[in-house]
Amino acid sequence: MSKAKVLVITSGKGGVGKTTSTAALGAGLAQTGQTVVVVDFDVGLRNLDLVMGAERRVVFDLINVIQGAAKLPQALIRDKHLDTLWLLPASQTRDKDALTTKGVGTVIAELRQKFDWVICDSPAGIERGAMLAMRYADAAVIVTNPEVSSVRDSDRIIGLLDAKTEKAERGEQVEKHLLIARYDAGRAARGEMLRIEDVLEILSVPLLGVVPESEEVLRASNVGSPVTLCNGAGAAARAYYDAARRLRGENLPITISTDRKSLFARVFGRRVA
Amino acid sequence: MNVFGWIKRSGSAEVARDRLKILLTHERTSGGRSDLLGVLHEEIMAVICRHFTVAHDQVQVKMDRGVAMSKLAIDIEIPSSQGTLVAPSSIK
Repeated sequence: MSKAKVLVITSGKGGVGKTTSTAALGAGLAQTGQTVVVVDFDVGLRNLDLVMGAERRVVFDLINVIQGAAKLPQALIRDKHLDTLWLLPASQTRDKDALTTKGVGTVIAELRQKFDWVICDSPAGIERGAMLAMRYADAAVIVTNPEVSSVRDSDRIIGLLDAKTEKAERGEQVEKHLLIARYDAGRAARGEMLRIEDVLEILSVPLLGVVPESEEVLRASNVGSPVTLCNGAGAAARAYYDAARRLRGENLPITISTDRKSLFARVFGRRVA
Repeated sequence: MNVFGWIKRSGSAEVARDRLKILLTHERTSGGRSDLLGVLHEEIMAVICRHFTVAHDQVQVKMDRGVAMSKLAIDIEIPSSQGTLVAPSSIK
């Protein structure tokens, strides 16, 4: 019996930071000494390889493994910085219907034997890819931005996690965690952005962490490195690293830090979505 | 009153929170988290069919959503030839 944990990173809405969070939490867990594989479920629109800086090393992908064209070890790519971090990319060319419930189940079961953590990066939406990314999850990280459409979609996803996963169908609960990303403490204090308490009250899911709106996230994806592995770790990197430690069961207080720079940036009209 | 006081009072986050709360209350009961109306329809059909022969579309279940309360309307159309109740066989 493996002690592996299957974690889905999901949100419903696109562009809230699922792929960034998958890479950062995966790297964060690997930095604590765990063996981790991050699996891209966004068939046709893969990006986890790019965010992790492995785009030129993709040979085989998840669909190749499901269809038997490649063995799982042939498709796994080891991270260039961390020995314990691996990537299983999505197919860029195939149809998303090539993902089958049985095929995904077989691959996840095999990954459970090899790793401590299997982290599934869900595509946006509630179509096949998203449903299969959550299908075999033991736990879920729901990535939410403090903004109405993101919170609404998160609520929908929470309902699906409670109904359409293998665990739910066995009468068990998928362990749920809320990760609030792109948070701007200043705007929340001025009443311009939903506060963390508001989001928690509405969604009723325990908080895993708060990632501030930060320049370093874009910088990390520019250079193809998970944000926790970038030099001169800033507030976002610390938030992700702490969230990874909380996933391992550490009881750390949640602090909402910002980069010192952001005060000036705010004064001088930094663009904030 | 200075400009900062004015900004603080005109924050839109409160509006966002209230709109979300109302919306999600509805979505969780009718649609989002469960197919409540579909389930109700099936169960009502099962009860009605013990006594009458009715087609699927002769039973209408509707929910009118309001802010303070919602109205559940159940409309069952029974052909006039079946006007008399048929006692279930288990009752003698």
